[in-house]
Amino acid sequence: MTDTKARPSGRRSVRALRGWGGVAGMAAACALTAAVTLLPLSHGGADALTGNTGQALTSAVAAKADTCEDPEASLPPSSAGGPTIDAIKERGKLVVGVDQNSYRWGYRNPVSGGLEGFDIDLARAIAEDIVGSPDAVIFRAIPTNQRITALENGTVDIVVRTMTISCGRIEQVAFSTAYFQAGQQVLASKSSSITGYDTSLAGKRICSAEGSTAYEALEKNSFGATFKDKHDGLPGDEDLYTVPNQLDCLVRLQQGMVDAIVTDNALAAGQAAQDPAVELKGAKPFTTEYYGVATKLGHDDLVRRINQVLVDYRRGAWQKAYDRWLAADLPGITGPPQPKYRN
Amino acid sequence: MTHPPNVRTAPQSAPHHAPPGHPPAQPPAGRGAWAEGRRRLRAAATTEPGRLQIIGAVLAALVVAFGAVTAFEVSARASAADDVVSRSQPLSADAAAIYRSLADADAAASSGFLAGIEEPSDVAQRYEKDIALASRLLVKAATNTDSSSESGQQIALLNEALPYYTGLIESARANNRLGRPLGGAYLRFANDQMSRDLLPAAQKLYDAETARLQQDDDDARFWPVLSLAAGAVAIGALVWAQRRNYRSTNRVFNTGLVAATAATTVLLLWLAVGHTVARAQLNDADLHGQQSLKVLGDARINSLKARANENLTVVARGAVLTNDGKSDKYETDYAVGMKQLGEQLHRAQLLADDGKGRGPVEAAVSAVSEWQERHKDVTRTDRAGDYDGVLRKVIGAEGSTGESFDKVDAALEEALAHEQHEFTAAAKDGRGALSGLPVGAAALGVLGAAGAVLGINRRLSEYR
Repeated sequence: MTDTKARPSGRRSVRALRGWGGVAGMAAACALTAAVTLLPLSHGGADALTGNTGQALTSAVAAKADTCEDPEASLPPSSAGGPTIDAIKERGKLVVGVDQNSYRWGYRNPVSGGLEGFDIDLARAIAEDIVGSPDAVIFRAIPTNQRITALENGTVDIVVRTMTISCGRIEQVAFSTAYFQAGQQVLASKSSSITGYDTSLAGKRICSAEGSTAYEALEKNSFGATFKDKHDGLPGDEDLYTVPNQLDCLVRLQQGMVDAIVTDNALAAGQAAQDPAVELKGAKPFTTEYYGVATKLGHDDLVRRINQVLVDYRRGAWQKAYDRWLAADLPGITGPPQPKYRN
Repeated sequence: MTHPPNVRTAPQSAPHHAPPGHPPAQPPAGRGAWAEGRRRLRAAATTEPGRLQIIGAVLAALVVAFGAVTAFEVSARASAADDVVSRSQPLSADAAAIYRSLADADAAASSGFLAGIEEPSDVAQRYEKDIALASRLLVKAATNTDSSSESGQQIALLNEALPYYTGLIESARANNRLGRPLGGAYLRFANDQMSRDLLPAAQKLYDAETARLQQDDDDARFWPVLSLAAGAVAIGALVWAQRRNYRSTNRVFNTGLVAATAATTVLLLWLAVGHTVARAQLNDADLHGQQSLKVLGDARINSLKARANENLTVVARGAVLTNDGKSDKYETDYAVGMKQLGEQLHRAQLLADDGKGRGPVEAAVSAVSEWQERHKDVTRTDRAGDYDGVLRKVIGAEGSTGESFDKVDAALEEALAHEQHEFTAAAKDGRGALSGLPVGAAALGVLGAAGAVLGINRRLSEYR
């Protein structure tokens, strides 16, 4: 445990040293080591990070604040190898954490029994580049709030699972450049009086996935809507307004237990595709988010390699995948987001 | 409290049987007819024929009372024993069947879902049969239950929740057929309703019905203390009367009194032996039947829950976590269910009292360990990301955990049938041990009383 924690902080302190010189660097290293080592490992980890340790970091490490203006800026692409890539090649399979309940992104087709979707295509492209075959991949279905843990404890090499790049998360995992631009949006019945993420939510019952970006947004501002269960995270959790998986929200909506759902528009579009009676509310998402491929912190060689794969992927395969999986339910997207790099 | 003296004056007519030494001026205590009776009795007690008449009347009354109390008490015991056999145990068994069919339906629904868009017909039929059986038994239970009782409330709850559950399962199926992952979410939601609402209600119904059975059983086994005491008093009085007779006449036997004593003794023995046998049989039914039925029933429920959770682990694949967020909820629930199943089977082994009962329990135990071994293999296959392999190993026809589960289920069904048979046989024997006793008590009571009266009359005739 201490070993895995010490490595990323050490790596970061080296980077901080380069930019800030001796004294500031040492202070940053100490603060960062403390912050990262004391991180709770529970599924509430993401929230705890953005809430508590974020403050401790801002004062000590100015470099962090710079990075967080552009959390989606990633390492420059490279097709070189490295220790992480060597380990994957030796194994002969890339282990990818995916979703199997996100329609059009990562879902199990009951007819074929196989996993399909936009994320799955991208994962296969990465496997093809690293291991040499699009089938040299082991898919593991992981829940939303296990994405970071799964990377940390090495259950998976990468996570391709509609994972939003955020300031909080880049402290915990490393991201590739953005491969999709999305945003939180409200989903409700076509006949509903709800018009979007606004005051029309007042007094309504809203469903979101436990520990998701949508839930964090609702915690900041819910416009007077109900969105929490009485026993969230405790025994006897009702699983009514906050549910294990975003798709569970659609069940609650169809059953009349909630009035609206807040989730990524990309996922919301997948839900709308499964129920013609619901639609995305509001002209556009109320946040801008980018999906990235996540790896464990410190696996720089893998991040650079994935960024290289994405450079090629954006040239044609991306559009093909978009047309195949998303265009029908999420029209109007002209192309992939431009990559941003940091030094 | 004091009465004003002489408010009621002494009877106007002087008592004609008054003994010569009795001072007539003294007013009799008490009032009216009662006072008159007491006075006469006291007067009669002064002469031997009078005393004999009193003794005869008391003996007859005691023997008749013994017969009557016995007939009454034993009728109550016999009807409680009859309730055990023909009413409360069947209702308890029905409640267990409701509980089981609900859990079975849930396991079958998840198995069918895993099989893909086309559910195998045997799995679909199993689900339909379970739901139909549960509905039918709920109606039957409702007709035998007061709607305001605990059982009545649980039945009402089940009647409301069951159609909702089946609706959710149909939504799961419809969405699955359309190739929508929403189907899996519906299936998990349905399972959630089953484990949160339906199964706890069915368990409460079962517990309430079993408590009612226990009550009837206790009622039937309760010693008829009044009858036994009345019998002892009657025999004691008869013995005393004969001793008195022997002392005054030097005759050993008075035929009438001997007959009365014999009839009373026979009845007392019949009562003691009959009830002891009934108690023993009912104890046996409880110990070897009902307790085994309960443990085996619980074991079967746990095997069904574990099966549903195993299936849902594959359906959800990590979409639902335990409350601490660390492990897969369904996998954890599966492990808990299997652990309880193991413990209950161990207890069932200890309770099984004959080879015929032990055989199926041991078969279940070995099938459970096979299931657990195979499940480990499923987990390994899942970790390797081989979904098709997982499916084959969970719902495949051969070598799957589903096959092991079916073995467990069949073995437990056989064990349950055996214990049910044991229970019914023992409880019927218990009920049989009391049959005839109420009528016999009445007849012997009358016979004994007649004997006592005849015996005393014979002595009395010697004074005429």
